[in-house]
Amino acid sequence: MLKIENLEVSFDNGETVVNAVRGVSFDVKQGESYGIVGESGSGKSTVLRAICGMAPTTGGRILLDGKPLPDPRTPDFYRRVQMVFQDPYASLHPRHTIDSVLSEPLSIQRFDRRDQRIAQALDDVGLGQGFRFRYPHQLSGGQRQRVAVARALILEPQIILLDEPTSALDASIQAEVLNLLERLRSERGLTYVMVSHDLAVISHMCERLLVMEQGLAVEELTRADLRARRARTDYTTKLLKASAGYTATE
Amino acid sequence: MSLLEVENLRITFPTRTGPAEVVRGVNFTLGHERLAIVGESGSGKSQTGRAILGLTPQPGQATADRLSFDGTDLRSLSARNWRRLRGTRMSMVMQDPKFSLNPVMPVGKQLMEPLTTHGTPKREAKRRALEMLEAVQMRDPERVFRAYPHELSGGMGQRAMIAMMLVSEPDLLIADEPTSALDVTIQIEVLRILDRLVADRGMGLIFISHDLRLVSSFCDRVLVMYAGRVVEELNAADLHKAQHPYTQGLLNCLPQIDEDRHPLPTLDRDAAWAG
Repeated sequence: MLKIENLEVSFDNGETVVNAVRGVSFDVKQGESYGIVGESGSGKSTVLRAICGMAPTTGGRILLDGKPLPDPRTPDFYRRVQMVFQDPYASLHPRHTIDSVLSEPLSIQRFDRRDQRIAQALDDVGLGQGFRFRYPHQLSGGQRQRVAVARALILEPQIILLDEPTSALDASIQAEVLNLLERLRSERGLTYVMVSHDLAVISHMCERLLVMEQGLAVEELTRADLRARRARTDYTTKLLKASAGYTATE
Repeated sequence: MSLLEVENLRITFPTRTGPAEVVRGVNFTLGHERLAIVGESGSGKSQTGRAILGLTPQPGQATADRLSFDGTDLRSLSARNWRRLRGTRMSMVMQDPKFSLNPVMPVGKQLMEPLTTHGTPKREAKRRALEMLEAVQMRDPERVFRAYPHELSGGMGQRAMIAMMLVSEPDLLIADEPTSALDVTIQIEVLRILDRLVADRGMGLIFISHDLRLVSSFCDRVLVMYAGRVVEELNAADLHKAQHPYTQGLLNCLPQIDEDRHPLPTLDRDAAWAG
């Protein structure tokens, strides 16, 4: 459904060029949940941003249903592909009510029955109508991330790109948001591409995953590979070991 | 004798609806060991750490029946005596280097500050600062020494801050989520540095964290805080034998690489826990 071929992203500020993504390829099937794991600076978030047209693509192709994506992305693309960002404190406009956060994409995409759709979206993410006319500062981190998920869902997209959707949340809230994302995926047959630094979260959510390091794809694993610790590269082995907890020696 | 004794610590903040008690009677003692304080946001774990250093933010009020560090009563300490303790004998590593390093001062100068303020000669201070930067695994200590905080990545900034807190070789280090902003692989390197200081120099470490799995592998003892109270105290190795439903819930709701639990169990908070 979504195919990335040799994607390259570089940021050029006139003096220095940073090659954030250096030739990454992967393929996401319809209804699949695909994970990207890496440490900071690995380029994992940049891949998501490039899919959305939010990062300067300098090489390679991104295909949706076999067709290269137009640049800039069209409203029709955003109808089908939506993104949820890491920090629910930064991604909601502080002076817009939840109602206006949710109605903006509807009016851009000229959806009808906006009122019912907003009510439905809030119910779907388990918030309910009481939250509709509140401001983000009146919500907890978990509630805000639910609003961010509602905003992505309200356009009934097919693909959702999730950039560390739970890393800013407490463990108990993380569990609630992960459960919500899983339920919505199975109810609506959504396709996810999920970025995280947490191997356990990716193993819980994704059938396949790509390990990235310094802009390169290190290796692709299935969930079964991950559980059997069948890593082919030293880097992935090191990540797996580190995520098991503290060890006093190498 | 224990390094630190805390008895009935209470911290209150005035609000429009009357005083809000965010820490409600916390007791513990610390020896030369690694003690973890674990809890979710708002549990009072960070405020507990700050109160030990006398850094409860205004207009908050910290009171205790006993708060003593190596025999010194911290409750009635003058500003002058606080300055003698802080930075030399006890220090604190904060979570976010962006807000804790001075943006307009080179890292090296900030590292030398706690030493020169307390009378170490400049040349000696510089030598120790460079040594410490090397100890926190900086690849090019000389460059980092001259760099301003914005020239460092998040992980380097965090390690610079840890170096700054350790350069004076304190007896007590309070580390508030010192590695949460770091990548897992660097996180373990930083923990090894702390571990060595506890083992070699007998430093006492209070490690404040939200990450139960990490502290169970790194610390000796764990205090679990919920709504301003310690609900359970455990040996880190016995974390899986936790009795309190909050601790159990917190452990259960973490996804595991090897487990297939869909949906994940969530935490049902019981009003009685806050009791």
